[in-house]
Amino acid sequence: MRYAYYPGCSLKGTAREYDVSTRALCAILGIELEEIPDWTCCGASAVEPISRLLTHVLPARNLALAESMQDMEGVLIPCSACYLNHLRVEMEVAGDEERKKAVNEVLGQEELAYCGHGEKVTHLLQVLNEPGVLRELARAAVNPLSTLRVAPYYGCQILRPFARFDDPEQPGSMLPPLQAVQAGVHPWRMGTKCCGASLMTTHKDAAMRDVRAILHGAQGADVLVTVCPMCQMNLEGFQKQALQDLPGDKPVPVLYLPQLLGLALGMEAGTLEIDKNLCAGPFARGLPCPGPREEAAWE
Amino acid sequence: MAAAVSAQREQALQDLQGMLQACMQCGACSASCPHSAHMDYTPRQMWRLVLWGEFAEIWRSHAFWLCSNCYTCTLRCPRGLALTEAVNALKRLAPRQTLHERREAALYQVFMASVRKYGRVQEMDMMLRYFGAMKDLRLPIKFAPLGSRLFWRGKIHRDTRWFSGQKKLERLFTKAREMEGESCAMPTTRDAR
Repeated sequence: MRYAYYPGCSLKGTAREYDVSTRALCAILGIELEEIPDWTCCGASAVEPISRLLTHVLPARNLALAESMQDMEGVLIPCSACYLNHLRVEMEVAGDEERKKAVNEVLGQEELAYCGHGEKVTHLLQVLNEPGVLRELARAAVNPLSTLRVAPYYGCQILRPFARFDDPEQPGSMLPPLQAVQAGVHPWRMGTKCCGASLMTTHKDAAMRDVRAILHGAQGADVLVTVCPMCQMNLEGFQKQALQDLPGDKPVPVLYLPQLLGLALGMEAGTLEIDKNLCAGPFARGLPCPGPREEAAWE
Repeated sequence: MAAAVSAQREQALQDLQGMLQACMQCGACSASCPHSAHMDYTPRQMWRLVLWGEFAEIWRSHAFWLCSNCYTCTLRCPRGLALTEAVNALKRLAPRQTLHERREAALYQVFMASVRKYGRVQEMDMMLRYFGAMKDLRLPIKFAPLGSRLFWRGKIHRDTRWFSGQKKLERLFTKAREMEGESCAMPTTRDAR
């Protein structure tokens, strides 16, 4: 399997461990990633409040670049916001000739054009649900995670507004890869709750309420896994502060899904850059020893 | 010219009303919204104000700035209305003079300024621009602890290759601004720095 790879801005900065662990996991699973040359920002959630046209133009620029790459299965994107913005081009521009004309009029400034019958926009989680990938995960799982209870956290933008590969109200697409490495799953209802996203910068009280609800729901889980750099930042970077208002609640290690799967496949914590996480707890040194659960002595 | 300018904005406001025409005031949006408790108007009330054309009241409100784009209302709206898109239209069309008072608007502007200049968001550059736009000395102090944790993990740096790519997306931004006119919230080339 070969994919055009769009890491996005966060994965080159504050979420670099998501990029590193995604590449490492994909390499083991036989998923070939080729980075889109000269890709630029998709605009995240900041572009639509500024310009409706650029909301389509910015991701369409990357898709236009990807269209010139040979023999790709699709465009693989690990970040939820980048995934949604690129998917919107596929859903809202590809079939709308008038819209496409406007988008291409702007892209013409760089002598680029988006055709729209090319590569499928694909989220990392979608690829991890491919039957062949699941078989490979199960086969290569040298450290089965049967002693761990994992809280699968989906966030918003891979599920909504386009429910392309999962049930948006009761998602389950993290379960097959987790079960392939024999992880236990923490039963909870916070998997689709918004983390507050950029309100953490602008309206912290509103976002902290979201983070508290999610962390409280994750109590009893050994680790929470995410597939979005924004969710990861809010749940890690503001966890200490959130726990101050949750007396009795314990810290929750937060990992990117490919980091946890990588550990199950016998990869080192260093290779997966778990030491770069802000809240990895005992996972920063690798898989916690099986046996009695390690009480939160860290942080 | 001034008439043409206001006509573009007027049309965008009418389009927005059209988007919400089928709202039946059921309140599924307000019940689903994770941030409605922090809003002065609930989403349901906000749609009504839009349909009544009470825009002055909407611009006074901060409700629509509290949307985090989680799309839960869009998913659940029984009328199938693109509510998150409608909120983003409000954010775009809010009069400029109130923009600087709104933290969210300032954040979007500095984010897009960083994209316009470098092609990729430089997170440190964006936050410095944000602190500058807010003119509040307490802000950098509030974010310093998180900033230092990120810094020591090597997560804050300037990607030199991209940093040298000045005005990377200038042509696309200028063209889009020219085509959209006053229905977008993009600064003109002269104002963009």
